[in-house]
Amino acid sequence: MTADVSLWPLIGVAVVIVGFVLRFNPVLVVAVAGIATGLAAKLPLDLILAKLGTGFVKTRNLPLTLLLPLPIIGLLERHGLRERAQAWIAGIRSATAGRLLVVYLFIRELAAAMGLTSLGGHAPMVRPLVAPMTEAAAEKTHGPIPQPVRDKWKAMASATDNVGLFFGEDIFVAFGSIVLMQTFLAENGIVTDPLHIALWGIPTAIAAFLIHAARLIRLDHRLPQDIARARAEETK
Amino acid sequence: MTALLKLDQLFLLTGIALVIVAVLTWRDRSNPRRWSSGLFWALWAVIYLAGDLLPPMVSGLIVVMLAALGGLGGVSLGKHGTREPAERQTSATRLGNKLFLPILAITLLALVGTLTLKDVHIGSLLVAETKNITLISVGLGALVGLAAALWMTRETPMQALRESRRLLETMGPAVILPQMLATLGLLFTDAGVGKAVAHLTTSYIPVDNAFIAVAAYALGMALFTMVMGNAFAAFPVMTAGIGIPILLGMHHGNPAVMAAIGMFCGYCGTLMTPMAANFNIIPAALLELKDKNGVIRAQLPTALLLLAVNIVLLKLLMF
Repeated sequence: MTADVSLWPLIGVAVVIVGFVLRFNPVLVVAVAGIATGLAAKLPLDLILAKLGTGFVKTRNLPLTLLLPLPIIGLLERHGLRERAQAWIAGIRSATAGRLLVVYLFIRELAAAMGLTSLGGHAPMVRPLVAPMTEAAAEKTHGPIPQPVRDKWKAMASATDNVGLFFGEDIFVAFGSIVLMQTFLAENGIVTDPLHIALWGIPTAIAAFLIHAARLIRLDHRLPQDIARARAEETK
Repeated sequence: MTALLKLDQLFLLTGIALVIVAVLTWRDRSNPRRWSSGLFWALWAVIYLAGDLLPPMVSGLIVVMLAALGGLGGVSLGKHGTREPAERQTSATRLGNKLFLPILAITLLALVGTLTLKDVHIGSLLVAETKNITLISVGLGALVGLAAALWMTRETPMQALRESRRLLETMGPAVILPQMLATLGLLFTDAGVGKAVAHLTTSYIPVDNAFIAVAAYALGMALFTMVMGNAFAAFPVMTAGIGIPILLGMHHGNPAVMAAIGMFCGYCGTLMTPMAANFNIIPAALLELKDKNGVIRAQLPTALLLLAVNIVLLKLLMF
């Protein structure tokens, strides 16, 4: 290690941490962190602006998977999509919020492991279908649910989508991250087989499923207590 | 080689939709900040419509303006002509399970397109740009799904845009966060944040103990990912810093195990950071959660337990 590594650029990281912890507006925090990082690296202001601009244009493909389904979801919600999803799940007698999410986790993770990563997602699946179904499944057995408990389950629906995607996709051989790992190791003179990298991911993928599913089932069992506590808080 | 379907066409569509959203907002008298809110959507539209043509400095100024408008309360909610619950219930009963079809269309076409459109030619013309095949398929799925939804509900395309505006306004300025954070990540790389973090982690850790070295690699991957919001950025840095010289060089570990589980340690970090806005902050906005960090809070126990499991797995499987 050479001693001339500059630690000043870490100021940007500090700005992000402090900003998020103190709950400033995240958009503003990120912009300030960017400018601070540039200044700490002794870049002139016009170059910092240019870098912000180039980066923002280069990454404009990121919001597309969120934006493109919006018109469909909006239209269908206007015509009762959530109501229909809720009625459907209410008709399944053995469905509980936790079990429903375990099933979703299983499908999401398995599909991702076969390279089908676009099966799911927060805009096309969680907001219009999975979250309302989870709420309906919980309400079916426990009646109307207070807002904090409702929010907790909705958050859990999104969390389940993320866990399923992340720990599934990385055991698919042709996935970008495996290519990235293999290429990087090869550049450093270490030969690996992509298939081995994919296979050695399987124990973690199974552990991720077991841990998250166990939490979902536990949350199911604690639902009556959670509701009672939230109600007590409300009347306080 | 030129292709029939290009990512640029999706940018164009998105840009036009955002312009219409901006105009709708400017005309919405129920919105207390309709001028600045409309400006926000219009500026974002400019990035999609003219991003490649603008000088980088000008795009940079747009980014700063977007951040200022979004960060200082310039973007507010208007009123939307939502329907009564009873009306929605009636059409839910009328349309039944058909309501699910357009959504399945997005998903299925996205899958089919990704799997089949690769290297398909009409004459010498490529059907879809190879490197953007997934996004183009998602776009095709969205267009077909939209056509189906319009036909089924007998609404106008304008209504679809009004509904998009309703959803965009619910999410608010957070919708530009993924792009802002990815940009910050690029700036971090240029400024040498990676080098600084690697320097800190590798300089102060007693790595001759295999278990400590493994734990340092795993925790380093998670922490670095939390800072950069992206495990792909963390992998080369941590692997060059600790992985190759110490885990492989000093302790003779199996490189495939190290890479596979190391990357997963990074993913545990992704579950715990607001920097991964696409996965953690946007869903909170999309689900209208009161707590903007609600999704991270829900993921925290899974991420921490799994990180511990990963450290044990690395130690057991690698040597």
